[in-house]
Amino acid sequence: MRLELNGEPVEVRATTLAELVEEQGYPPRAVATALDGVFVPVPCRAATTLTDGVKVEVLSPMQGG
Amino acid sequence: MLYGTALSSRLLLGTAQYPSPAILAEAISAAGAEVITVSLRREGPGGGAFRELIRASGCRILPNTAGCHSVKESVTTAHMARELFGTNWIKLEVIGHADTLQPDVFGLVEAARILAADGFAVFPYTTEDLIAGERLLAAGCEVLMPWGAPIGSGQGLRNREGLRAMRAAFPGVPLVIDAGLGAPSQAAEAMEMGYDAVLLNTAVAKAADPVAMARAFALAVEAGRAAHLAGLMPPRDMARPSTPVFGMAELA
Repeated sequence: MRLELNGEPVEVRATTLAELVEEQGYPPRAVATALDGVFVPVPCRAATTLTDGVKVEVLSPMQGG
Repeated sequence: MLYGTALSSRLLLGTAQYPSPAILAEAISAAGAEVITVSLRREGPGGGAFRELIRASGCRILPNTAGCHSVKESVTTAHMARELFGTNWIKLEVIGHADTLQPDVFGLVEAARILAADGFAVFPYTTEDLIAGERLLAAGCEVLMPWGAPIGSGQGLRNREGLRAMRAAFPGVPLVIDAGLGAPSQAAEAMEMGYDAVLLNTAVAKAADPVAMARAFALAVEAGRAAHLAGLMPPRDMARPSTPVFGMAELA
């Protein structure tokens, strides 16, 4: 499946958001996720199915003012 | 006292733009900061080290919604931050213009209402507009954070009279000067006016010696607060001799 991960096109095998986080090697509890602009909490990732072309954001703590 | 949390430091510090993580950690310590602001960005290299740094600082985390230009973006970012940082505190920014980084107070009020109703402790980055302040309080905010000047500009308190009026208009509401401070004297002035705290980042991070500047700001904030409590003398238009005239010798 082809989707957009943090603004970059990627080809993935994952079919759910939880699998995608795992496949991409993100520390699952240390990132927050959104699908097409909608926040997906950790407990909901496993039940969140990915579809072709979906936009996924995986965010983590960064410096800020 | 911010959302029921007693803080002994009145200096809130941003964590961006420091020369190195080590200098950031030292600056937090030199500032005596108990609250630091952080952001949420796409996961990249170095994320793990930063997570460890903020944990080791022992500070309370105030995540921001920096860079968000719409209510939806801000609200979604706030939800992501709440999960990631395990705090309901959110420094709410809804930016109205890319050049001035001026808050969009209309979007801000709307986002604040949504988030406050959802249990967030909202710290709104706003202007000194009194009606916007009233609307934010009505939306559920218990703190207001007016800008001193545009973010990162270092111009200090650009509208002193407006900020003075805001202080007078909201007695009892914690008011924090957020953004635009460039020098410790400006932070001291805000505190002398009766502001409860200041939040700054660039002035420390971009100083030649950020750690020394963090300490300078901490001292200024403390001095300004002490001066406010001591009660400043009212200014006068004319001179008035401080040395008594009575008992003056006739030597002319």
